[in-house]
Amino acid sequence: MDLLIFQVPILMVQASLDGILLGILFALIAYGMALQWGVMNIINIAQGDLVILGGYITYFMYLSGIHPALGVIVAPAIMYFVGVGLYKLVINKVVDRDLFISILATFGISILFMQLMNFAFGADVVLANSEFGTTMLFNNSVTLPNSKLFSALISIIFAIGLVVYMKKSKLGRAIRATAQNARAAKILGVDTEKVYAATFGINAALCGVAGALVAITFTIHPYMGLPYTIRSFMIVIIAGLGNLPGVAVSGMGLGVFEEFADYILGTEFRIGSVFLLLVLILVYRRFKLSKKREYLK
Amino acid sequence: MKINRVILSFISALAILLSSSVTSFAKVVGDKIILGSAISLTGKYSSNGVHTQNGYNMAVDRINSMGGVKVGGKTYKFEIIYYDDESNPKRAAQLAERLISQDGVEFMLGPYSSGLTKAIAPVTEKYGVPMVEANGASRSLFTKGYKYLFAVLAPANLYLDVAIDLAVEKNNGKPVTVAMAFEQDAFSQDVRLGVLEAIERTGSKKVIDDKLPKELNDMAATLAKVKAVKPDVLVVSGHTKGALTAVRQIAEMKVDVPMLAMTHCDAAKLSKQHGKNSQYALCASQWHKTLTYKDDFFKDGMTYDADFKKLFDYAPPYQAAESSAALLVFKDAFERANSFDKVKVRDALAATDMQTFYGNIKFAAGGQNVDKPMVLFQVMCDGDKCENKVVAPTKWASAELIHPIPSWSER
Repeated sequence: MDLLIFQVPILMVQASLDGILLGILFALIAYGMALQWGVMNIINIAQGDLVILGGYITYFMYLSGIHPALGVIVAPAIMYFVGVGLYKLVINKVVDRDLFISILATFGISILFMQLMNFAFGADVVLANSEFGTTMLFNNSVTLPNSKLFSALISIIFAIGLVVYMKKSKLGRAIRATAQNARAAKILGVDTEKVYAATFGINAALCGVAGALVAITFTIHPYMGLPYTIRSFMIVIIAGLGNLPGVAVSGMGLGVFEEFADYILGTEFRIGSVFLLLVLILVYRRFKLSKKREYLK
Repeated sequence: MKINRVILSFISALAILLSSSVTSFAKVVGDKIILGSAISLTGKYSSNGVHTQNGYNMAVDRINSMGGVKVGGKTYKFEIIYYDDESNPKRAAQLAERLISQDGVEFMLGPYSSGLTKAIAPVTEKYGVPMVEANGASRSLFTKGYKYLFAVLAPANLYLDVAIDLAVEKNNGKPVTVAMAFEQDAFSQDVRLGVLEAIERTGSKKVIDDKLPKELNDMAATLAKVKAVKPDVLVVSGHTKGALTAVRQIAEMKVDVPMLAMTHCDAAKLSKQHGKNSQYALCASQWHKTLTYKDDFFKDGMTYDADFKKLFDYAPPYQAAESSAALLVFKDAFERANSFDKVKVRDALAATDMQTFYGNIKFAAGGQNVDKPMVLFQVMCDGDKCENKVVAPTKWASAELIHPIPSWSER
């Protein structure tokens, strides 16, 4: 029975597709994180909690009879203002400080959000049923839930939309300028305070989209945010800051890697193997870096 | 400035109030027997914590209004001091310490979940305080040699082994192939051990044995394996998240298995959240309202169900029923001990042999209840309305097991 995946090769197709679809969703969350990390130099520990909040918005729409797919429009709209509000309340006080301070602050926000959501929505695990059906491939041996296809498609649309927006719009250019050099941008008339608020808002909105998709494809619970934070953090680390195409590639790569690790090493090593990969990549980077230094000498 | 002062004085007034009220409690005051319980009113276990508390409160009201507890010719009433343990084991242990050493409580009711019970048990054991708990099923609670811990519920390893026996029976007594997916936590792993024993006992074969990480909410890989291997039984245990995820993804991926057995179906409100997709799922439960056990206080399961609904506006999950049963056990033990001496009450508890609406209760040396089998119910739908119907053990079955589960193409 050892290594079922080699006995039943069609599982490789299933694993790859599952991994890619999963990875695209995680990449969207990581996208937001990379953006505000790059612009504001803040690692947002509350990223996953923003995702879950977006999920709850979708869940309540679903409860009131609205199709949860519309959550991908409503959740980001609401979450944008949540993000801007958070910036004005807390983040603007830590934005120029040490990275450690921002981690502490967002860690606090994360705990607060968890408790508030638990208080407001209860501790039950919930989900929103989209009734999207299933796509069958290869004579039914590979199945892809349409909800996952939908979430991948929406993630791609939002990711491309964001790239275009950053390139073409005035605010997008201001954000990029601030990311390059906040002081210079300020001197040239960019209202960096506004840029920061918008960046945090956009990040929260992306989390809102992802949350809506999580509610449709998986389950939500007030305390389920942390894995999303960790995953997006890893994707950004592997891709490198400011490397948006890299985020997409590393998101999908991690997803596929994780699925294959499940089949080959066993489900219990699934998450562990991803962390191991992270360590290996960091060690490799350091190794490369130290070589470079020697060259410079 | 003014507001600050107002807030400050309010807080100090509150602090004084709390500190003065707390010290006045003791084990038995006047005609009151004071029980203590740390319970999860906030945090991740809060919904089940509230079910537990509602179960306790309902039983306290019922026993008090029906004559209370008679000890030494005098009638006493139950009262419970609750503290919120925030679903945090460390906090629960601190609160148990506080209940016993500061508030003078000498009899405890259990918290919600195996994890928190595990945190509290060493404390009650240290002080020799009898604790009747209703929500910690993990087997490791009963192998530590605790003398003062009594659980009214069946231990975790008995949750799903019945399902394997049932599958073998349906297979004309021939062994079956079993796929297992269990979360990596104490409770689910105990359930897994029970299933493994049943597999060995029946000569069956495990074909998949996946241990799901706690953070995971995607079972696609496990289910793809199930599709490829085609086992006779798929067993899943991963609390409410596991049950919800499994049913969603089994439906989405059109996984056909003849039998699907799970835990936590009613806590997950499976039939409500998933409707028809949850149909045919077989679920382990400590209690079901249709069971025919009886007692003098709640009469039977159906009456308990109706009374609970009237009080709290929702149907009682088994977490509430077993919590109510814990108080019946305490009342019975106090009356038989005819004393408030901790050791005598402990010995009376150990000798418990009674029937409650929740089931028979008799404790083994480890403290677990050995006289109450688990029941299995199956989700059955009529149109869009889904109901849980007991299918095993046959004594209480209100419907016949539907086996094998019809394939997705036929549904």
